[in-house]
Amino acid sequence: MDPQQLRFTTSHEWIAPDGTVGISDHAQHEITDVVFVELPKSGRAVKAQEPCAVVESVKAAFDIYAPVAGTIAAVNEETAKNPALVNQHPYGAGWLYKMTMASPADREKLMTHEGYQTFLKSATH
Amino acid sequence: MAAPPMTLQRTPFYFLHQQNGARLVDFAGWEMPVQFEGVMAEHRAVRERAGLFDISHMGQLWVTGPGARNTLDRMVTNDIVSLAPNRGVYALLCREDGGVVDDLYVYCLGPERFLVVVNASRVDADIAWMRERLGPDTELEEQPQRAALALQGPASAGLVAGLSQELVSLAKNGVVEVPLLGFEMVAARTGYTGEDGFEFFGPAGHVHKIFEYLVKKGKDAGLVHVGLGARDTLRLEMGYSLYGHELDETHSPLQAGLGWAVKLNKPFFVGQETLRKEKSAGVARRLVALRLTDRGVPRQNCPIQFNGQSVGAVTSGTFSPSLNVGIALGYVDSRLAPKDAAGVWSVVVHGRAVPAEPVVLPFYRKQRG
Repeated sequence: MDPQQLRFTTSHEWIAPDGTVGISDHAQHEITDVVFVELPKSGRAVKAQEPCAVVESVKAAFDIYAPVAGTIAAVNEETAKNPALVNQHPYGAGWLYKMTMASPADREKLMTHEGYQTFLKSATH
Repeated sequence: MAAPPMTLQRTPFYFLHQQNGARLVDFAGWEMPVQFEGVMAEHRAVRERAGLFDISHMGQLWVTGPGARNTLDRMVTNDIVSLAPNRGVYALLCREDGGVVDDLYVYCLGPERFLVVVNASRVDADIAWMRERLGPDTELEEQPQRAALALQGPASAGLVAGLSQELVSLAKNGVVEVPLLGFEMVAARTGYTGEDGFEFFGPAGHVHKIFEYLVKKGKDAGLVHVGLGARDTLRLEMGYSLYGHELDETHSPLQAGLGWAVKLNKPFFVGQETLRKEKSAGVARRLVALRLTDRGVPRQNCPIQFNGQSVGAVTSGTFSPSLNVGIALGYVDSRLAPKDAAGVWSVVVHGRAVPAEPVVLPFYRKQRG
């Protein structure tokens, strides 16, 4: 996926126009080697910012939040089987789940890729 | 009142770690590398080739003098009276009530000369505790400007061969005080990974030369820098205890499964009487090793269940890079989960009881052949 098409949260998730959700390249780098991914069940209704997945490195577990409200439509079983995909292809094969957004307009309120880069600079300096 | 600002201590290798891309963290008051390239890659490098660890944070205490051997024998749980020169032994310092003050290595470098290597987080507690109990004709002093390195992995012996043949001919737990590259230091065939390897102790300037030598020598052998992250996964795969996790002042070495390092029949050590009683009465809780049989990564404080009942909690847990499963150590109530009782084990991870099976340590055994 082209990162330019994605919208980002301050908790480092991204969401594509079709509702696909993953974590940012910055996040995978900070988490380091992902060794385990726990995904939500399809059909689960989630609120915005609700924890609905877990990504774990050797050292720690990280909650992954729903970027917007909606329903879990599909999960990436490949990532569950091979968690290193999150590190290798954070914007591609390492996606986590896909959601049906309650209101696609919610996504537009999130940061653009450019906005996210600015946010990262302000957050780390 | 607010605590005064803490300044983290730095080892002599701090700037080299920065240059080598380390991610640095606070560990026991020291700014230490947690990882360089990545925990998984570093872990595998140590199992397959070789890794270099900065362990300068660990305390180096010299116990010397005509009374040194007797003093140490009365302080620690293992047998120091019969510790031969050029040999090292694992032991524990206990309180009178059997609680563990620290776990450590005692190296005998001569009839009146011992190097005791202790945990960074316990240096001050150990020194205070030992000073109170020093016997006659015994000196205790910290190694000035200490530094230390661990070289671990199957390629280690090949890498040190050029330094001194004495190193290569050392047996496991052997130790020598020897000039290397012209500088006197202590070198031991010990480590905390389950692999063959060497540890070097001495003043910073001397150990620094070894660092440079090994990095250069190790280039072709695939030597990597290793941080505390992989140090932890490597030790946990072997089931080695870590102070602050499996060991502390509220747990005894018998509960931790370290009875092999506790000589209840020697004349005396602090805590011996309590531990004798505990041994005959049976331990109230015991350390178990569990390997998850389903997906999940156990972490410290995750509840441990036996036949559906909560019986204890995880003290150390991780994803095992060698075995590709979650592994954990933890204490359980001996009454609720008796040794050798058949039953179903699980570890509660993120609110889900993940099935597990008890393991006779180590979790990881080297493939032979």
